Amino acid sequence: MEKVKVPEQSPEERAKNFKEVCLGYSEEDAKKEACRCLNCKVPNCRKGCPVSINIPGFIAEIKEGNYEKAYQIISEDSNLPAVCGRVCPQETQCEGKCIKGMMGDAISIGKLERFVADYAREHNLNVDTEIKKNGIKIAVVGSGPAGLTCAGDLAKMGYDVTIFEALHKAGGVLTYGIPEFRLPKDTVVNNEVEKIKKLGVKFEYNVIVGKTITIDQLIKDEGFRAIFIGSGAGNPKFMGIPGENLNNVFSANEFLTRVNLMKASSDEYDTPVSIGKKVAVVGGGNVAMDAARTSLRLGAETTIIYRRSLEELPARKEEVHHAEEEGVKFELLTNPIKINSDENGNVTSITCVKMELGEPDESGRRSPIEVKGSEFDLDVDMVIMSLGTSQIDVIAKNTPGLETNKWKCIIVDDVTGQTSRKEIFAGGDVTSGASTVILAMEAGKKAAKGIDEYIKTSNN
Amino acid sequence: MYKILKKRFLNENTYEMVIDAPRVSKNCMPGQFIILKLDDKGERIPLTIADFDREKGTITIVVQKVGASTTKLSYLNEGDYVEDFAGPIGLASELTNESIEDLKKKKILFVGGGVGIAPIYPQAKWLHENGVDCDVIVGARSKDILIYEDEIRKVCKNLYIATDDGSYGKKGLVTDVIQDLYNEGKKYDVCISIGPLVMMKFVCRLTKTLNLKTIVSMNPIMVDGTGMCGCCRVNVGDEVKFACVDGPEFDGHLIDFDNVIARSKIYQTEEGRAMLKLQEGDTHHGGCGNCGGDK
Repeated sequence: MEKVKVPEQSPEERAKNFKEVCLGYSEEDAKKEACRCLNCKVPNCRKGCPVSINIPGFIAEIKEGNYEKAYQIISEDSNLPAVCGRVCPQETQCEGKCIKGMMGDAISIGKLERFVADYAREHNLNVDTEIKKNGIKIAVVGSGPAGLTCAGDLAKMGYDVTIFEALHKAGGVLTYGIPEFRLPKDTVVNNEVEKIKKLGVKFEYNVIVGKTITIDQLIKDEGFRAIFIGSGAGNPKFMGIPGENLNNVFSANEFLTRVNLMKASSDEYDTPVSIGKKVAVVGGGNVAMDAARTSLRLGAETTIIYRRSLEELPARKEEVHHAEEEGVKFELLTNPIKINSDENGNVTSITCVKMELGEPDESGRRSPIEVKGSEFDLDVDMVIMSLGTSQIDVIAKNTPGLETNKWKCIIVDDVTGQTSRKEIFAGGDVTSGASTVILAMEAGKKAAKGIDEYIKTSNN
Repeated sequence: MYKILKKRFLNENTYEMVIDAPRVSKNCMPGQFIILKLDDKGERIPLTIADFDREKGTITIVVQKVGASTTKLSYLNEGDYVEDFAGPIGLASELTNESIEDLKKKKILFVGGGVGIAPIYPQAKWLHENGVDCDVIVGARSKDILIYEDEIRKVCKNLYIATDDGSYGKKGLVTDVIQDLYNEGKKYDVCISIGPLVMMKFVCRLTKTLNLKTIVSMNPIMVDGTGMCGCCRVNVGDEVKFACVDGPEFDGHLIDFDNVIARSKIYQTEEGRAMLKLQEGDTHHGGCGNCGGDK
């Protein structure tokens, strides 16, 4: 039996707006999809979930129309279900493990989770959690998925939690990185943040920990007993090819931050954003897809340049599929070698070479090799580099005794998130390098437990 | 929200504000900057710190009206608030990492121009408070727009002034003054230059021939200011550096000024349009090439 299709905005329509692509299940469709679930005795799906949500449990409640109960079940393990239902790579996690997927379509767990979370929001459902406050102060650095999760869990345990955020708005990558059409800000992200606030978590914006205040000042001067660092990845990488500093060459981070956080494409907001007529996006990850689809929506003819083939594209299949449907072009097995400009330093074209795939490299992926004499120019007036990030070590550098690895990532215990300093914990991209929302949430959860244990044992 | 405690105009287009920002003033050092956002819809404006008072918990900024946002900010008065004020950002001035004993042996020259004179002040003041002498050259188009003269005079040994029109001090450019000083037999060990890009470019060109190490402070276009976006990248020698985390001060002899100047113009058209919209308000009816009102 096939899965119940979820309605989407048509590609033609959505390529011109920033409204959400996926419209979500109706109650009827959600129930129908839920009825496909076998409620396995040994639920593999749950093992595939980094935060171990009781998946068969909440799906069984959907079947019965008990959406409030379904929401309670999800909320036991996840603080951000409306986010996860939208941006988790379910195909490699819960849905990837679903027994139904062996001979047909896996249950659409992500879409069902989203349905429950949206239903809860629309019907103002709240999970009443009785919190016994213990008055112990914990600081959380960064309000992205790791920080929000860790703060939420600690608040439920009774801790007095303050989140320090460097930017003027909460959410981290959920706010500045992932575009509106995948993750609506006002309805979804802000609502999840408000829920964390309702648990009693305090937010302080414009605090760049490591600069505005050091970790040790937080501990000594402000009485925080433990710290969780979830400050995210960092500096965007560039290729190091000639012409990368020309006007209208952007990092995907800059382009997306302007549009998502600063709302630059709206006339009402003061921050500007350049948009070309023809835009090249270099890279093949989810961020590259986000940048390309944003550029397309701002009216540019958009081409993704990626050095390997379609099969190796690291982005989620769903995102690649959506991008193709909307009209993003793909120049695969292609690598830029130079960006060219006019006399004023504005981009006019990008010179690329064709690539072919050679032997698998250390990562197991076949490494691309240049095809000699295959250079060609692609006419573009804007280039967006989406090549990942490298760590910023502002916090580590300003925190004596906090150990980092050769990639400048903070070293932590896998189970507890504890760093080389016993009162400091960390998780998410700051420890792993650029990764996913759900893995950051998992790290936030583990660290919340780790912090709780640390506080309890150090009290004795 | 951050309260504006004091405001005064230094000349027609430049104003000084003292902002209540205890967290920022606690750890800030000369050479660092802040990011200010006016309101919900404002842009994040990077501004170099012009003074700070840890006890009062204040930061002083000096702003030149260059676009719509800095003009809108100029409409605010004492008692008003700005929505966001983040910092300190960037590295402290290289001088502050040296030992006072070493600094005392050095001959230090500051060269400031236009609104860039203001961020020279906290550096010279810091040296002065630590018993270290410095000379300062300041330049402006004419006497009536020269800023921070009195403040800087109090914290330096010799102050040299140059104006383009000769209305005050020497008629000429700051580079002419540097050349004069060297012609008179003066020599310096380090020069710190802050001002318009073109000024810094020519200061660096001259000091290179004089074999005078020169540090410049970059204020490129930024978005987040925390190293995340890479908008503020500058070519320094063979490397690409981010002004917000690696700077804002760099070795002036390694900076690719022509690239920095080109990059500073990315949003000139948008800036011009925003300014026109702000000035003309509802009376705007075309001419901007954008709204279609003139068709």
